[in-house]
Amino acid sequence: MVQNSNTATTFTTPSDREVVMTRVFDAPRELVFKVLTDPNAVPQWWGPRILTTTVEKMDVRPGGIWRFVQRDPDGNEYAFHGEYREIVPPERTVSTFEFEGMPGHVVIETMTLEEHDGKTTLTETSLFESMEDRDGMLNSGMEAGASEGMDRLAELLHTMA
Amino acid sequence: MVNHDMSLEQLDATFGALADPTRRAILARLGEGEASVTELAEPFAMSLPAISKHLKVLERAGLITRGRQAQWRPCRLEPTPLKDAAEWLQNYRRFWEESFDRLDEYLRDLQRDPQKEEHEHGPEQ
Repeated sequence: MVQNSNTATTFTTPSDREVVMTRVFDAPRELVFKVLTDPNAVPQWWGPRILTTTVEKMDVRPGGIWRFVQRDPDGNEYAFHGEYREIVPPERTVSTFEFEGMPGHVVIETMTLEEHDGKTTLTETSLFESMEDRDGMLNSGMEAGASEGMDRLAELLHTMA
Repeated sequence: MVNHDMSLEQLDATFGALADPTRRAILARLGEGEASVTELAEPFAMSLPAISKHLKVLERAGLITRGRQAQWRPCRLEPTPLKDAAEWLQNYRRFWEESFDRLDEYLRDLQRDPQKEEHEHGPEQ
């Protein structure tokens, strides 16, 4: 197993309103899709480890609503919600993503899964409503990268070029 | 996103301020209520001048304000810029990266021990 290719998440910006994240998982596509759409699995993987995630609603079908609430160790809550627009097992979902702390900034997330040799490539495309939304996110991502060292920043800038 | 009157410099200052673990810890402490520099310095193996430097960064970024009393200038959290910009913007990318790391581990565990799924899906706490 080539560890590097499995653990790296790549980021690209194919258009002025999109960010694409790609990640290879060492698991068959059916399993990846099952886990991604399973409300019981969400607390195991969704969001940063330091936060606990509660699934309040996860109605995985077109028009269905999801709402997740995260709590930090101090008890602060962060809620996210959205709507499923397309569900095509085991290859594609389209849903909206909105952080309730910043209402009105809706991101459309398209997730596709492709399987090759037992490994699954997950591609998540975030479509922002405006260039300002996207650039704000990218600027912040670069800022986070800078805090982790110049190598990381250089790598990030390279993937976004 | 964010307020449109919020300048890029302000945004940079916000993210710059948040990119440091000591400053995040200071902000978390101030989330519980105002505190003096001495109180804020307590949990850290850091000199008061070093803490003051972090506080200046936070103050310049508009994330905290300081009282004007001569001796004890309590620091206070200014939640608005944080709420408006920082939480989501700074964390969005990391959010997904860490989620994918966790998903990777979870998938490995499931494949190593298919029973695990059943355990994980036991009654909610």
